[in-house]
Amino acid sequence: MAINIRALPRKEYLCRGNAACPGCPETLGLRYVGMALGDKAVLVVPAGCSSVIQGIGPKNGFAIPTLNIVFAAAAATASGLARAFQRRGVDAQVVVWAGDGGTADIGFQALSGAAERGENIIYICVDNEAYMNTGIQRSGLTPYGAWTTTSHRGKKGHKKPMPEIMVAHRIPYVATASIGYPWDFIAKLRKAAKIKGFKYIHLHAPCPVGWRFDPSLTIKIARLAVETGMWILYEYENGKLKLNPPSDRLLDPSKRKPIEEYIKLQGRFKHLTEKDIEELKKYVEQNWANIRAMLEAQEKQQLSS
Amino acid sequence: MPRMVLTGNHAVSYAVKLARVQVIAIYPITPQTAIVEKLDEMIESGEFDADIIHVESEHSALAAAYGAAVGGARVFTATSSHGLLYMYEVLWWVAASRMPMVMVVVTRAIGPPWNIHTDHHDIMSMRDSGWLLAMAENNQEALDLTLLAYRVSEDPRVYLPVAVGLDGFILSHTAEPVDVPEQSIVDRFLPERRQPYTIEPGTDVSMGNIFSDEYFEELRMDMQKSMLEALNVIREAGREYGRLTGRSYEKLVDCYKCEDADYLFIGIGSWMGDAKIAAEKLREEGLKFGVARLRWIRPFPVDELLEAASGKKLLVVMDRSISMGHTGPLYADVSGATGSRVPVYGVVAGIGGVDVSYKDFVSIGKWAVERLEEEGVTHLPLTWYHNGVFNYMYPVKL
Ligand SMILES: Cc1ncc(C[n+]2csc(CCOP(=O)(O)OP(=O)(O)O)c2C)c(N)n1
Ligand code: SF4
Repeated sequence: MAINIRALPRKEYLCRGNAACPGCPETLGLRYVGMALGDKAVLVVPAGCSSVIQGIGPKNGFAIPTLNIVFAAAAATASGLARAFQRRGVDAQVVVWAGDGGTADIGFQALSGAAERGENIIYICVDNEAYMNTGIQRSGLTPYGAWTTTSHRGKKGHKKPMPEIMVAHRIPYVATASIGYPWDFIAKLRKAAKIKGFKYIHLHAPCPVGWRFDPSLTIKIARLAVETGMWILYEYENGKLKLNPPSDRLLDPSKRKPIEEYIKLQGRFKHLTEKDIEELKKYVEQNWANIRAMLEAQEKQQLSS
Repeated sequence: MPRMVLTGNHAVSYAVKLARVQVIAIYPITPQTAIVEKLDEMIESGEFDADIIHVESEHSALAAAYGAAVGGARVFTATSSHGLLYMYEVLWWVAASRMPMVMVVVTRAIGPPWNIHTDHHDIMSMRDSGWLLAMAENNQEALDLTLLAYRVSEDPRVYLPVAVGLDGFILSHTAEPVDVPEQSIVDRFLPERRQPYTIEPGTDVSMGNIFSDEYFEELRMDMQKSMLEALNVIREAGREYGRLTGRSYEKLVDCYKCEDADYLFIGIGSWMGDAKIAAEKLREEGLKFGVARLRWIRPFPVDELLEAASGKKLLVVMDRSISMGHTGPLYADVSGATGSRVPVYGVVAGIGGVDVSYKDFVSIGKWAVERLEEEGVTHLPLTWYHNGVFNYMYPVKL
């Protein structure tokens, strides 16, 4: 689905003077959510940076009706909200806007339950790869080797494969996205809004504060994550996986930029040894191998049917 | 008005249907489970039009009920014991959001060791959370209080959630004749849902972002004000319910022979029925006992309590839970309210479902009067009555 930037709504769904840090990826992402879904969206936000970014009440920096909720309960709260709208005949799109901690760790049970029940919501995990709101602690989505205040010598384990876990729930739509590719994200949101049932979008969101880079580099780093193959843009719809540009050109490793280009700009990786970088590369290769295997299996299936 | 033989749990299910609840979110736990099973059956058979969310935990049950309430639906959930504790942070969130809703707590002990029988530790853990708390004495009350709860919760002078407690097994699984009001009567009693706000497209309402500390404190002060208002709203609604059904709930304190009594048992829940039988027996032996049963724990009906306690020689507060390291929570509430006006003894008993019969209440009554008359002790904050033995478990005698 092509997105015509000129045709996007002019209305700003994120107000100026909100409380985000300079270069914040969550505010970028939220602007796109507003552009994509417009006035039908209602947000459910669990604890995290986005609860703070709204600023000090009684005003609110989000120009989208927003229901804040305790850290673990976003998917459950959104389920109830969506059911009430359905009963009352209110035409709304309930959207969860949750961090990586609120998604992969403390909120995981509620998320898995809502997905299994097939609740009619769009769940967006805005993944800045750590608990930023509490001051940069490791999460289940912090990558291998990254420094946080609770992984001083670099995290030992890898990132949980959250999108794949959601694919395994066999929900109608799973997509990855990046704040560096707004048109891709907006197209995916619009597609998700047309599908009934549980939709999961995993938005990669480099955070200058937590990743230790200059706030002017947010977009550049988001794009490097994709260009180096560290983050892969794809969608999974009706049981079918599809790579999206530019990741669709990166199956061949020689087309990808070296991951060092991505790593070297971030303070959180500055202590990495050669061995650590090798470990990260292995992980990236494994991710691509999984994608390739799925695509090949799909192709075979298509040929035989 | 049809009279049916119903367990406490099923009495609640009928009340939920009569209240025209729209969204139910619920998770099984003994002894509450029969409520949701019955509701599910009613929905499946087409006799009740509601949406039920079979969530994966109690944390999600309350969160989903809350989401649906914020979205404008009349909602219901129910739980017990560990389920209630699992909901704990959401309880506070719901109350401070000022979101009307009703939950039923079928009281049960908290482990370890695992124990499914009644005591009041679960519901008493809600006292500070901003929920209104009522406690049924019998199955009729379980039904009536659930209906009353919706009316009070959705009254703009209150706009706070309400929990209705009933004793696990003693009420939840015991069948009694219950008058089930006609739908038309309930419809007259219970207006369309009202709530302070909904969050939906086309509004610019948001809920729960950060405010200044001063404003935050004012919000909490406003909750306390509404709790005070609730005393009158409950009376008004209780009177109206009485007019429509013949069963008045105007009183937050159900007084049994309080007027001419010298001594009062004070407590909550089904065992106050045993206390009433004991009061009769004790009267036969010349000890004029009465029973002041608190139908509502929050708001604490201090005005009615003081009136009932006035001129009495002794109040014996019966707690089915304890605030470890201090006293029973009801004792603390009652003695705090009465001050030095009247002697108060606190007795804890029946923890983990240990049976306390009217005979036990007779022994407790006699023991209390003896202590008062022979030893002249005016305040005994905590005596733990267990297997017929009175264990004094407080550092001083007052
Ligand atoms: C039950 C509970 N535990 C802990 C917290 C403290 N807490 C608030 S936000 C947060 C981390 C949020 O991290 P993430 O979900 O990744 O979102 P981000 O802040 O990075 O946007 C934590 C631990 C809380 N609010 N509630
Ligand atoms: S810490 Fe990162 S995600 Fe959080 S507000 Fe600041 S820039 Fe945004």
